[in-house]
Amino acid sequence: MKILVPVKRVIDYNVKVRVKADETDVDLANVKMDINPFCDIAVEEAVRLKEQGVATEVVVVSIGDAKAEEQIRRAMAIGADRGILVQVEKPASSLTVAKILKAIFDEEQPGLVMMGKQAIDTDNNQTGQMLAALTGLAQGTFASKVEMADDKVNVTREVDGGLQTVSLKLPAIVTTDLRLNEPRYVKLPDIMKAKRKPLDKKVPADFGVEERSGVSVLKVEAPATRKAGIKVASVTELLDKLKNEAKVLS
Amino acid sequence: MKSLIIAEHNNEHLAPVTASVVKAAALCADEIVVLVAGKNCGEVAEQAARLAPVSKVLLCDDDQYQYALAEPLASLVIANAEGFSHILAAATTSGKNFMPRVAAMLDVEQISDIISVESPDTFKRPIYAGNAIATVQSSESVKVVTVRGTAFDACESGGSAAIESIAAAPGEAISAFVGEELAKSDRPELTAAGVVISGGRGMQNGDNFDLIYKVADKLGAAVGASRAAVDEGFVPNDMQVGQTGKIVAPELYIAVGISGQIQHLAGMKESKYIVAINKDEEAPIFQVADYGLVADLFDVLPELAEAL
Ligand SMILES: Cc1cc2nc3c(=O)[nH]c(=O)nc-3n(C[C@H](O)[C@H](O)[C@H](O)COP(=O)(O)OP(=O)(O)OC[C@H]3O[C@@H](n4cnc5c(N)ncnc54)[C@H](O)[C@@H]3O)c2cc1C
Repeated sequence: MKILVPVKRVIDYNVKVRVKADETDVDLANVKMDINPFCDIAVEEAVRLKEQGVATEVVVVSIGDAKAEEQIRRAMAIGADRGILVQVEKPASSLTVAKILKAIFDEEQPGLVMMGKQAIDTDNNQTGQMLAALTGLAQGTFASKVEMADDKVNVTREVDGGLQTVSLKLPAIVTTDLRLNEPRYVKLPDIMKAKRKPLDKKVPADFGVEERSGVSVLKVEAPATRKAGIKVASVTELLDKLKNEAKVLS
Repeated sequence: MKSLIIAEHNNEHLAPVTASVVKAAALCADEIVVLVAGKNCGEVAEQAARLAPVSKVLLCDDDQYQYALAEPLASLVIANAEGFSHILAAATTSGKNFMPRVAAMLDVEQISDIISVESPDTFKRPIYAGNAIATVQSSESVKVVTVRGTAFDACESGGSAAIESIAAAPGEAISAFVGEELAKSDRPELTAAGVVISGGRGMQNGDNFDLIYKVADKLGAAVGASRAAVDEGFVPNDMQVGQTGKIVAPELYIAVGISGQIQHLAGMKESKYIVAINKDEEAPIFQVADYGLVADLFDVLPELAEAL
C-alpha cells in the first residue's frame, strides 16, 4: 500500500509572528520556517507504517514556493521515498490545495492519505476534509491512534467530549492530532541520503487546476493587547482583588 | 438572505454553542433555519425551535446521523442547501469535521472560526494562533462559515418556530462508528463555564490535579489543562485549552503551573480576568495576567481551597 503525505512549509511554531505596519499581512521576511508540526506527525506515522511492513511506499507532496523543497527533504530524511513539489505563485487556498491533491491522488492511487489536521499559519483546519469530499472518501480527522485492519482503518479521534473511534473504508483520508506520535529526531546521514531521493517538480496547471480563491484578505491586524496587570503578594491579596476590584468572586 | 445552521447536540440536548451560532447568523441573514440531524433527537428540535431568531427547524431523525459522522452529515446538508446564502456551524470538533466537506462539495472556500461578522460577506478570524486577526471577504455564492462560540453571545430564546421533518440523504456508508470514551464530569463544561482553572506541567502528575479540583469545586469552575499536562498523561485530551484544543473566554481564568506559550494563550487570552500562579516570575503567562502570584503552586492551591 502506498501512503500519500501532503506537507506544508510554515513559520516555526516558536516564532511569534508580527503584523506588517501597513496591515496587509504578517511579516515573514527573515523569519525561521519549518515543516508544519501536524504534517511532521503525519510523515512520522506513514514512515512507521512502512517500517511495520503495512505500507510499501511513502510519497510526500508539498504545495508552496520553491523553498518548500526543504520540507520535502526533511520528510525524506524521516523516511519518505520520493517527493512531489507543486510550485504556486501565491499561497494557495485550502480548496485549491485540495484540488491539486485530488489530481495527485488520482494519479498515484494511494491506499491512504495521512496529513496534518491544521496548518499553524492560517489555522484553517480544512484541507483533509476537502480532499475527502473531492475524492468521495471517508475521513478520520484529529487522529490520536491509527490501526490498519484489512480493507479498513480504525481511527481514534480527539473530539471535544473525549475520544471517538471510527472505522473507515480504504482508501481513506486521515488527519493527525498532536498525540498520534512523537516525530523522531532526524540524523545527519539520513539528511544526506534524502538529498538523493527523487523529487518531481510541477505547477498547478499540470493538474488542470486553476489558482483561484473566493476569499480575499482585506486586512491583517494585531490582536488587542491586554493591559499589563499587577503582581500580588499572597493568596489573601489575590482573593481581595478578585472580590473587590475585579468583582468576579463574591 | 437565508442562513442554514447545523445544530450541535448529543441527541438529547442542544449544545449552548448553537445559540451563539444563531446570533452570528442573525448578523448575516434575516431568515434562519436550523437543521437538527440525529437519532431520536426530537427534543433537540424542540429546543432549537425556541431560539428566538429561528424561523424553521428541519428535523432529520435517522440512525446514520446518531454520531454526526462527517460523510452522511455533509451529504444531508448538501441535499438541503439549495436557496441558502449562508451555511454555519460551531467551530467545535464536530463542525470542524463536517463543514469543510460541505464547502468542498459545494465547490466553495470555507471561512473558519470567525470572531466577528463585519457584514454578510466579511468576517474577522484569528490566524497564527491568534497573533494576528484577519478581515476576510468571501465572494463565493454560498458562505460556509464556522463560528467561534465564545466570540458571540447566545441569541434570545422564547421563539416557537415550526418543525418540519425531512428525509435522510441516500449514500453508501463508507465510515462507521466503533466506540467512544466520553469524559464524565459533574463540573461545568469548559467552553461555557464562567470560571476556569487550568493546570500545566507544573502539576507534576495526575494525582496532584486533585488540588485543582478542590479549588474548582469551591468556585463552581470548569477544569482545563495545557498541552504538556495532557501529553504527560496527567489528564485527558478533552481538557486541553489552546490553539489546537478548546477556546475558552470565561469571566475568570486561573492558570496554575502553566508557562504561557503562545499556543496556550491562543485558547484563553480573551478571558475577562486572568490569574497566573507560577513560581518563575519570568514566565510569559504573567504578561497577560491581570493578577500574578509568584509562588509555589503546592503552597497556593491548598491555601486557596481553604480560604474560599
Ligand atoms: C502545533 C502545536 C500546537 C500546540 N497546541 C497547544 C495547545 O492547544 N495548548 C497548549 O497548552 N499547548 C499547546 N502546544 C504546546 C505549547 O507550545 C507548550 O509546550 C505548552 O503549552 C507548555 O505547557 P506548560 O505551560 O504546562 O508547560 P511548561 O512550559 O513546561 O511550563 C510549566 C510551568 O510550570 C511552572 N511550575 C513548575 N513547577 C511549579 C510549582 N511547583 N509551582 C508553580 N509553578 C510551577 C514553571 O515555572 C513553568 O512556567 C502546542 C505546540 C505545538 C507545537
